[in-house]
Amino acid sequence: MAEAALVKPLDDPRGERVPVIRRLLRDRKVVVAGGFILFLAILAIFAPLIVPIDPLAQDLSNAEAPPYGFTGAVPDFLLGTDDLGRDVLSRVIFGARIALTVAFVAATLAAALGTTLGLAAGWYGRWIDTIISRLVDIWMAFPAVLLSILLVAILGSGLHSVIAAIVVIDWTRFCRVVRAETMAQARMDYVTAARAIGFRRGAILLKEILPNIVPVLIALLTLEMGIAVIVEAILSFVGLSVSSDTPTWGGMIAQGRQIVHESWWVMSVPLLMLCATVIAFNQLGDGLNRALDPMLRR
Amino acid sequence: MTAVGVVLNRTVTAAITLFGVAAVVFFLLRIVPGDPIAMMIGPAASPSDIAALRVHYGLDGPLSLQFLIWLKSALVGDFGISITRHQSVLSILGDHLPATIELAFCALALAILLGGAVAVLGTLAGRRHGSVVIDAVNGVFLALPDFIWALIFVLAFGVAIPLFPLTGRIDPSLDIPFRTNFLLIESLVTGRFTVAGNVLAHMVMPTVALALPLAAVIGRVLRQALNEAMVQDYILLARIKGMSEPRLILSEALRNAIGPTLALTGVQATFLIGGTVVVERIFAYPGIGNLAIEAVINRDFPLIQGLVLMFGLIFILINIGVDLAVVAVNPKLRHG
Repeated sequence: MAEAALVKPLDDPRGERVPVIRRLLRDRKVVVAGGFILFLAILAIFAPLIVPIDPLAQDLSNAEAPPYGFTGAVPDFLLGTDDLGRDVLSRVIFGARIALTVAFVAATLAAALGTTLGLAAGWYGRWIDTIISRLVDIWMAFPAVLLSILLVAILGSGLHSVIAAIVVIDWTRFCRVVRAETMAQARMDYVTAARAIGFRRGAILLKEILPNIVPVLIALLTLEMGIAVIVEAILSFVGLSVSSDTPTWGGMIAQGRQIVHESWWVMSVPLLMLCATVIAFNQLGDGLNRALDPMLRR
Repeated sequence: MTAVGVVLNRTVTAAITLFGVAAVVFFLLRIVPGDPIAMMIGPAASPSDIAALRVHYGLDGPLSLQFLIWLKSALVGDFGISITRHQSVLSILGDHLPATIELAFCALALAILLGGAVAVLGTLAGRRHGSVVIDAVNGVFLALPDFIWALIFVLAFGVAIPLFPLTGRIDPSLDIPFRTNFLLIESLVTGRFTVAGNVLAHMVMPTVALALPLAAVIGRVLRQALNEAMVQDYILLARIKGMSEPRLILSEALRNAIGPTLALTGVQATFLIGGTVVVERIFAYPGIGNLAIEAVINRDFPLIQGLVLMFGLIFILINIGVDLAVVAVNPKLRHG
């Protein structure tokens, strides 16, 4: 097809093929963002071994101690303590576990659901497409925040409900993009060729079209992880996520919001982590988009 | 399609959607564990008391019948009685809606203003360093949602540099009677400017938090549309005739760039309404968003249903409004 011929192969300016990995490693934003998420993931996985103090241990004699370097700081608590004397640093590290679990699991499941429906709608068309597209329209007519709060209220709070709520709401993001991509790919010459050879429709979809959609999907998945982190934070801020015993960034922010005049750090530290994580997922997603999508490359 | 056709089409689809949402919420809420009556009166109540309360709140009888009864009364504006507040849902909504409307409109206006300024300034700067800075800043605003901005403002302007009040809608010590709940509009109309100033000060942080992400989206899309418009022949002609660059953008390019931006602003405005839910919570602002969270936590079925329909209605009105506006600014669509 003419369009396809116009797209330059994945070359660098000198005309050599550059592997995707090396192209990614040249992108400073991607390296910093990816490095941060990797660091966070290691912290989360090894949290019980890393944290200096049990995140649930209360030390009321040292309650609301400010972070290191401020007057009244207690040396044991680098980032200070909350109103129950719990270590903010340990709690923030443990909060990363929930944040990243939700990010990876919810985003992956949403991608799986959305991609399946998007492929079906884009490839088989007709009434399948009509039903799925209409469903997406109805779904997107409703505000995500309200819907997720409503869903968690219906399902009951807890990690599973938070993940379910994100999947149920955000599959539409994947479905729309995958549907459009599938329709675009279906018009390509290689699909016609595959049909001429006598490949079965299902086989063409899974073996020929799907691999060509994967790059877009990976970038979208990364962006979705950033969204999932925010939704989890909002739900635990509102008090609808995991039980209040488990440290979460949103829960810490909500708690810190109550005592913000006395101890600003209880809210600031998890908020900082939340911001950094969201921006990192965003930058990584954009970088992956640039590196993987030949159409976007200049 | 003509303007009337667009609106008709939208309204019918919207009505079906609204009905679907109402039905789904109604049944989902009732099949989940957690009895609101039991939560309300505690373990000491006698079975006959519980039964009487069930009848009072319309929670007796088979589900399908309950739904029909609820739907019938909802159609005439009767959403039942709130279980936790013991008031009619409609009057609760009426009390809280004005606060959210004022907040949402201020945020939308600010977002359009900011986004428009970013796009015009970015286009004026062209490909110079200024535009790189503007794009980078816009990128940060694009990445962070209203939830995070609201929290940053709490720390920055509520605690570190306490410029604005942190919670509520008006200073409680200002004991001033209001006829309506449109506090800002009413105090402006009646000329009580110190009161209006107080209300505005309470609105600053939630408004800006809601406006920033939307402004970033508007800025980016309008910028792109302006860039496309700026290379058209009519711009070149105007430039040759000696029109100044700012006038070129404002009176020529902007008019053609505004269509696509407007359509997108509509979609984003619904996100803004969704955003009020959590932003109102953060600032303890007494609007329907804050009310929604409270209703969900308390499992106040009638109130949740009323709120869901209310939000649905707001979205539909926004969408219809945007469709009309798109038709109004685009002469090609007007005589379709």
